[in-house]
Amino acid sequence: MTQSPRHRWPHWPLGRSIGAVLLVMIALFAIWGPKLVPGDPFAQSLMASLAGPDAGAPFGHDHLGRSLWHRLAAALRLSPLIALAAVATAAMAGLGLGMLAAACGGWTERALVILADALMALPGLLLVLIVLAIMPGTATGFWAGLSLVLWVEFFRLTRASARSVLASPAVQAARLLGFGWAYIFRTHLWPEMAPMMLTTAAFGTATAIMAIAALGFVSVGMTAPTPELGLMMVELLPYWREAPLALLTPVLASFALLLGLTLLAGGHRA
Amino acid sequence: MNMLVARLVQALAVALLVGAATFAMMRSLPGDAAWRIAAGRYGYDNVTAAAADAVHAELGLGGPWLPAFAQWMGDLLRLDFGVSLVSGQPVLQEIAHQLGASLWLALAAVGLSLLIGPPLGILAGLRPGGWLDQSLLLVSTALKAVPQFLMALILILVLSVQWGWLPAAGYGTARHFILPALALGLGLAAVNARIARDAMARIAAMPFYHFARWKGLSRRQVLWRHGLRNVAVPLLTYLGLQFVLLVEGVVVIESIVGWPGIGHALVHAVFSRDVPMVQGTALVLGLGFVLVNALIDLALVRIDPRKAQ
Repeated sequence: MTQSPRHRWPHWPLGRSIGAVLLVMIALFAIWGPKLVPGDPFAQSLMASLAGPDAGAPFGHDHLGRSLWHRLAAALRLSPLIALAAVATAAMAGLGLGMLAAACGGWTERALVILADALMALPGLLLVLIVLAIMPGTATGFWAGLSLVLWVEFFRLTRASARSVLASPAVQAARLLGFGWAYIFRTHLWPEMAPMMLTTAAFGTATAIMAIAALGFVSVGMTAPTPELGLMMVELLPYWREAPLALLTPVLASFALLLGLTLLAGGHRA
Repeated sequence: MNMLVARLVQALAVALLVGAATFAMMRSLPGDAAWRIAAGRYGYDNVTAAAADAVHAELGLGGPWLPAFAQWMGDLLRLDFGVSLVSGQPVLQEIAHQLGASLWLALAAVGLSLLIGPPLGILAGLRPGGWLDQSLLLVSTALKAVPQFLMALILILVLSVQWGWLPAAGYGTARHFILPALALGLGLAAVNARIARDAMARIAAMPFYHFARWKGLSRRQVLWRHGLRNVAVPLLTYLGLQFVLLVEGVVVIESIVGWPGIGHALVHAVFSRDVPMVQGTALVLGLGFVLVNALIDLALVRIDPRKAQ
């Protein structure tokens, strides 16, 4: 029997495809942009302050004459990479602890649920700020803080779906037949959870990128001269009348990035 | 009753978590905390080694950590937050002073989002697939991709700098409320509208809804008597969960427009390593979430008595 591609991707509407295309385009720019037009995101040239586009800087220059093309490409590598690292860590932790809670039950589960509920009651930005104050290095601080915030959502989802799946007759039968936990996870749990995981991961990445940009914008996150989206906006804000396009560059890039992730997530968080 | 016990446990866990996090922050401040605190108190140009030593001794920054942690948590559970390391004022007094401004801003934002989002969502949900539904989906998807700080930036540039309608920053009169409340409320409204739309579409397709129409009630009567109450349940539940998002927004927006609230104070406290202030504000925000959600739990039972069982 032949399976049509449509059959294999039952939940892949138009919005998701647009989001995926948008993200691939941004990734291509972030990786290949600096190779296409060689340059340095840190090289200053006050002669070119706020100058328009030229061959070495296709998006023009910022207030210190640095090439916005290269700064944007660097910024689009920095926060998405931190966000992806945090989401990967959070997904692993959430998945592991969620399965542990569902499989063990009792006090293990209760303690984990109480911890998750307490974390959920605290604003994510607050936790990130505290971890940033504790950890040395801003990038590792963001990674640790965001992981701490994001694992809760993965944990809740995993626990909820693992509980119902583990209690199902199919899993009981598999265990009676002597299959191991790895097999049960692969055949019974993962297919149930995978679509939700993608949605949660996309939302988590968007949340992380927003948090990094927001803290950069209020000057408590990344510090100059690091090229970062929120920081670029606040640096270029005073010159918006002289160079509106320069300010628009990081604004539009952030919007496209977050729109791509929102569309890829599909639907809204329940 | 069970629900309230669960919320109480959550509140305790929040207090423990905040205590542990701020203790860790106090103990592992990079650089010499005493210098930073002294700088916060006396100004960066007036810090001397003697001033830093005095601060160091006063706060007991050395010593073993276990007794210090026990004392830290003891103080926390007795609701003794101590004094701000920067201003020297009691933390509770500072927070009480700032909380009002933040509460008003948050209320204005939620009120605005409820005025915009749910009515549009309900209208869209009554005709799924119609032009309003389609355009609402488009607008709310776009709005969700605009972080609150970016919304504030756009509103400031358009409404106050370009057109000069509203003050860009400041606090005091009703005019100052509009811009930050809009920056916060539009994002919330985008999500509210989607929740209301999905709930309305689901409820309008149910047999009881058709039955109400069939027994002769007008569209308006069915919506008022049977529709709205059912839509309110997911909407309120989500509003409680959104509280955290709202608080995060308040923290960022207050810092941008210079609003003298708790979020602004929190960012400053983190920046100058004023740990008692961080602890106090974090605790107020976390317990605020628990309180709001406990009230919403109670309200939900009144709206939907099936939830009591």
